[in-house]
Amino acid sequence: MAESKSLRVAYGEALAEIGAEHKEVVVLDADLAHATMTAIFADKYPERFYNMGIAEANLMCAASGFAYSGLTPFVSTFAMFGAGRAYEMIRNSISYCNLNVKLGFSHSGLCVGEDGGSHQSIEDIALMRVLPGMTILVPCDSIEMKKAVRASLDIPGPVYIRVARPVVDSFTNPEDEFIPGKANILREGSDVAIIATGLMVTEALEAAEKLSKEGVSASVVNMHTIKPLDEKCVLEMAEKCGAIVTAEEHSIIGGLGSAVAETLAGKSAAPFIRVGIQDKFGKSGKPSELFCEYGLTGSNIADQCKKAIAQKK
Amino acid sequence: MSTTNYRRIATERRKELLNMIYEAKTGHTGGALSSTDILVALHYGIMNIKPSEPKWADRDRFVLSKGHSVEGYLCILADLGFFPKAELMTFSKYGSRLIGHPTNKVPGIEICSGALGHGLPAAVGMALGAKKSGRAYKTYVLMGDGELAEGSVWEGAMAAANYELDNLTAIIDRNGLQISGSTEDVMKLEQLKAKWEAFGWQVFEADGHDIEGLISLMKSFPQTNGKPHMIIANTTKGKGVSFMENVAKWHHGVPSDEQLAQALADLDKTEVGK
Ligand SMILES: Cc1ncc(C[n+]2csc(CCOP(=O)(O)OP(=O)(O)O)c2C)c(N)n1
Ligand SMILES: [Mg+2]
Repeated sequence: MAESKSLRVAYGEALAEIGAEHKEVVVLDADLAHATMTAIFADKYPERFYNMGIAEANLMCAASGFAYSGLTPFVSTFAMFGAGRAYEMIRNSISYCNLNVKLGFSHSGLCVGEDGGSHQSIEDIALMRVLPGMTILVPCDSIEMKKAVRASLDIPGPVYIRVARPVVDSFTNPEDEFIPGKANILREGSDVAIIATGLMVTEALEAAEKLSKEGVSASVVNMHTIKPLDEKCVLEMAEKCGAIVTAEEHSIIGGLGSAVAETLAGKSAAPFIRVGIQDKFGKSGKPSELFCEYGLTGSNIADQCKKAIAQKK
Repeated sequence: MSTTNYRRIATERRKELLNMIYEAKTGHTGGALSSTDILVALHYGIMNIKPSEPKWADRDRFVLSKGHSVEGYLCILADLGFFPKAELMTFSKYGSRLIGHPTNKVPGIEICSGALGHGLPAAVGMALGAKKSGRAYKTYVLMGDGELAEGSVWEGAMAAANYELDNLTAIIDRNGLQISGSTEDVMKLEQLKAKWEAFGWQVFEADGHDIEGLISLMKSFPQTNGKPHMIIANTTKGKGVSFMENVAKWHHGVPSDEQLAQALADLDKTEVGK
């Protein structure tokens, strides 16, 4: 039986686990520890946990100060208030100085559901992606989340880990290696390649399954690292399958879809379609209802794959 | 004295907001209950507004900076006739315009809020706008106490004093709690009154559940002394519902069937008591 766990719980547990071995790790939050799940770390290591209040600018700049002091801060709040509110602090006080700060922002994408568009961060990957030297990890299940947190420790410099809220069934193989910058190919096919990230990886697998019943053979790539992007994998998939569909719980502008488009531009003429939020804000509703409206479903990914295949010359 | 039974109005709104949260299965219950009386004082006793003409140019402006307390605000706007009451039961559901935080698509709501720390600076702009356009409307803004940790609040505080915005009133819902516990444990606020005074504001402390008291206080404000007004309204988070009062975890929470019944009964009792 696959384990079901919220990615944010996995994130909090991972922090507590690395906290045992790495005394230099400190965790900072902004009044949301029971939502971001850094509370799991705080319970175990209260002397290495700092609640900076509802003050995200303060949170980011203080994290930079911790890094200057030789400590390794993991910083958490909602993606909207971390990547959004405190953007310029991250840019100038963390990224520009190439500091060893890990940003684990939760409640990304549409999954905050009922809270509505003001809290739905559909641009955080875009914001982090334009920062030179920023690594961006988007784990798809709790097994991968734990690997990502560990891997971030070995990356000198800033890392953004996108922490989704929902409970998901674990489906990746605990034995599989997690190498930042190296995509994991979950399924080999020949007609189209679906390149997905985060919560869209399961939807991509579902799409591939659906397509196979219709005689269409799809590759599925788990692109857990958006930056640095595994460009080699993207180009090989374009070459082999001749059609590419990207899928992300994020705006199609600036995220995975854009990163893949930038890789393909001038190098591949393969038809290419981006599944994601089509330049709109979010709204209230259950995550499942919103995923349907915004086309973040296996069945829409399958439809888009067929469209891309039909465009092949 | 006025003949309006504000206490009754506030009790009805509290019951409505609890029913709404129960129906929606989501809601920021504690802060909605702590701010109900302040919102009633403003909307029924102070502000010059026309529900039939939400965009009337001379209306007084209100900004709910602690946007998560949208529940009670929506119940008040519906009761005043800005939109049909039946719509309250669609709160935060798919397709509803009553999103989980305020948006300016709802008649009567001035600005989109929910990200803390935006409201005071926005209200500064509105108050400056009134002066610039020679209009007599006043601007009111309600903030949470945890919210005061945001630097932008203090940026707005400086601007309000700098521009001598005596047409601006800010109110703090001083319930002493934020999500992770007591404000004094998380990020100390005291000496709060002295801080605002040092920023150039005229500061009053008040009982945030005494609706008539709040109304007469605001009616007494001088409008020509060049100072913005601050009311530190002392409140109880979860006010009126015995098992929610002063309990941090009711910041966000949905009552069960039994809890809802008890909450409604509690509210009837307190109302009778006053
Ligand atoms: C910029 C920002 N950071 C974090 C949050 C998440 N959040 C929503 S309510 C809240 C606590 C607010 O506490 P307080 O201002 O005291 O409000 P009240 O007690 O009246 O509910 C937090 C941290 C937010 N909405 N906006
Ligand atoms: Mg409070």
